[in-house]
Amino acid sequence: MAAISSSQVTLNTVKPTVGAGEPLITSEQVNLYYGTSHALKGISVTLGERHVTAFIGPSGCGKSTFLRCFNRMNDLIDSVRITGSIKIGGQDIYSKDVDVIELRKRIGMVFQKSNPFPKSIYENIAYGLKLHGMKAKSDLDSTVEQSLRGAALWEEVKDRLHTSAMGLSGGQQQRLCIARAIAIKPEILLMDEPASALDPIATAKIEELILELKKDFTIVIVTHNMQQAARISDYTAFFYLGELVEFDTTAKIFTNPSKRQTEDYVTGRFG
Amino acid sequence: MSTTTVKASRLDFRSRGFDFVSFAFTSLTGLATLFILGVLAIIIANVVWHGWSTFSWRFLTGSADQDMFDVNKAGVLPMVIGTALRVLVMTVFVVPVGVITAVYLTEYAQSTALTTRIIRGAVNNLAGVPSIVFGLFGLGFFISFIGRGIDGGAPEPHWGKPAILWASLTLSVMTLPLVIVATEESLRAITPGLREASLALGATKLETIIKIVVPEALPGILTGGILAVGRAGGEVAPILFTGAAYYMRDLPHSLTDQFMDLGYHVFILSTQSPDIEKTRPILFATVLALLLLTLSLNLVAVIVRARVRKKMRAGH
Repeated sequence: MAAISSSQVTLNTVKPTVGAGEPLITSEQVNLYYGTSHALKGISVTLGERHVTAFIGPSGCGKSTFLRCFNRMNDLIDSVRITGSIKIGGQDIYSKDVDVIELRKRIGMVFQKSNPFPKSIYENIAYGLKLHGMKAKSDLDSTVEQSLRGAALWEEVKDRLHTSAMGLSGGQQQRLCIARAIAIKPEILLMDEPASALDPIATAKIEELILELKKDFTIVIVTHNMQQAARISDYTAFFYLGELVEFDTTAKIFTNPSKRQTEDYVTGRFG
Repeated sequence: MSTTTVKASRLDFRSRGFDFVSFAFTSLTGLATLFILGVLAIIIANVVWHGWSTFSWRFLTGSADQDMFDVNKAGVLPMVIGTALRVLVMTVFVVPVGVITAVYLTEYAQSTALTTRIIRGAVNNLAGVPSIVFGLFGLGFFISFIGRGIDGGAPEPHWGKPAILWASLTLSVMTLPLVIVATEESLRAITPGLREASLALGATKLETIIKIVVPEALPGILTGGILAVGRAGGEVAPILFTGAAYYMRDLPHSLTDQFMDLGYHVFILSTQSPDIEKTRPILFATVLALLLLTLSLNLVAVIVRARVRKKMRAGH
């Protein structure tokens, strides 16, 4: 990673706060550019292990972009340039000797729009397992079941594992995507507005699931839904115009934020 | 009372009269469709009408006779086999090459880069080249350059002469743009979410392309294949110098043999016959055989595509 010139250090640096868990993800002065547009401005933050951290902020504030830095999905966009450093478990994930495939194996992702493969429910989950070398049918069967149970979907689909995933409802599809992500046993689960396209009942199921998954995974979730952030997260980061305005415990952010902008946003005065 | 009348005039749903423009446009689209169908019907009816009396099982399975202008002796089996063979061999070449090119253009190449735009332009231009030019290209490149090159100056050319192989390769160069464009379109129609989902699971780009992207594009690829078969089936110009024979006593044994061809035979019957009137029934029956052959080759591809689609919906 390139050395950081002093001009890139913004004044709005937020003191990293570390909670009870061990620090797992540490970003230092991360700047990201789409071509010439400066999308992330000097983001420094430390996220603890087995916490749920919510990224909130108005559309275009950079929260999804930042989330995608953690599994290097931004690599897919040619015009993206990143400076600063992101360390996961102490290792700089943008250093030259990092295998991005290995990285993505350890960091699962759930997208805004549910995107199951046009294959059977079983094959959707087995896909990632087979990629990473699982061959025996008994292993595949048991891991598929485990993952579906983990995503609270097993009871609904156990009798139609070999039918198309496209026949599931929106909420079921999203839970299948979560099952697919946790099947390969990542450390971290990135969720990019996972419930924004779902009805309240399906959303409640996903939220319940996140609280359950938190026992095993470190979760970073981007959400537009303030109540959702308040309900499920331990820590909340508020982004605005590419800057990290405030990062603190969720309780603090929603009851007594230290920045005026944060207060205005969480109380619905703007955004 | 007065308020109700005001309301009634504001909410007036009565027809404003006949909408002539809509009617005219609807009629125009219908007429255009009818015209196309009519032309097709006339062609098919004409071929069937004139060819039916000669078209028989004996005609279809009979071998070609030295006297190909005699109604009672003429048979088209060698031409049916030759045409089917050159179309199938072409498909074997054009589909993989076309698909790989389309994958490069959509998945690997930067869409705005100059080289990509040059390749796209070249593909489009290839589609506009007259087919006789492909025939000459096939003669010059495949037979003279590659074929003779393999022969390496042997006195009796084995590769460096017209053959099914060279005719098929020439046809596949000609139909390449159809497969590339059809495949590219179906690749681009795949939601980026699917690729992201695969990559986020730690799949490499290659694994994503082979296991997710290409299977999803399979119906589009088959459409490209169908278009290529349809285009190549009736083409004569590209095979004129590269493989088609006027007359052969035996069926072709290998890809380096020449072959008799239905389309070329139609050309022979209509230009070389000593008595046009007498030859006409054979001519039409041969055209009928060609139409049926192209139709059945297409039918096979359409059935395969329908089965693939059904399988994809079922989720395997």
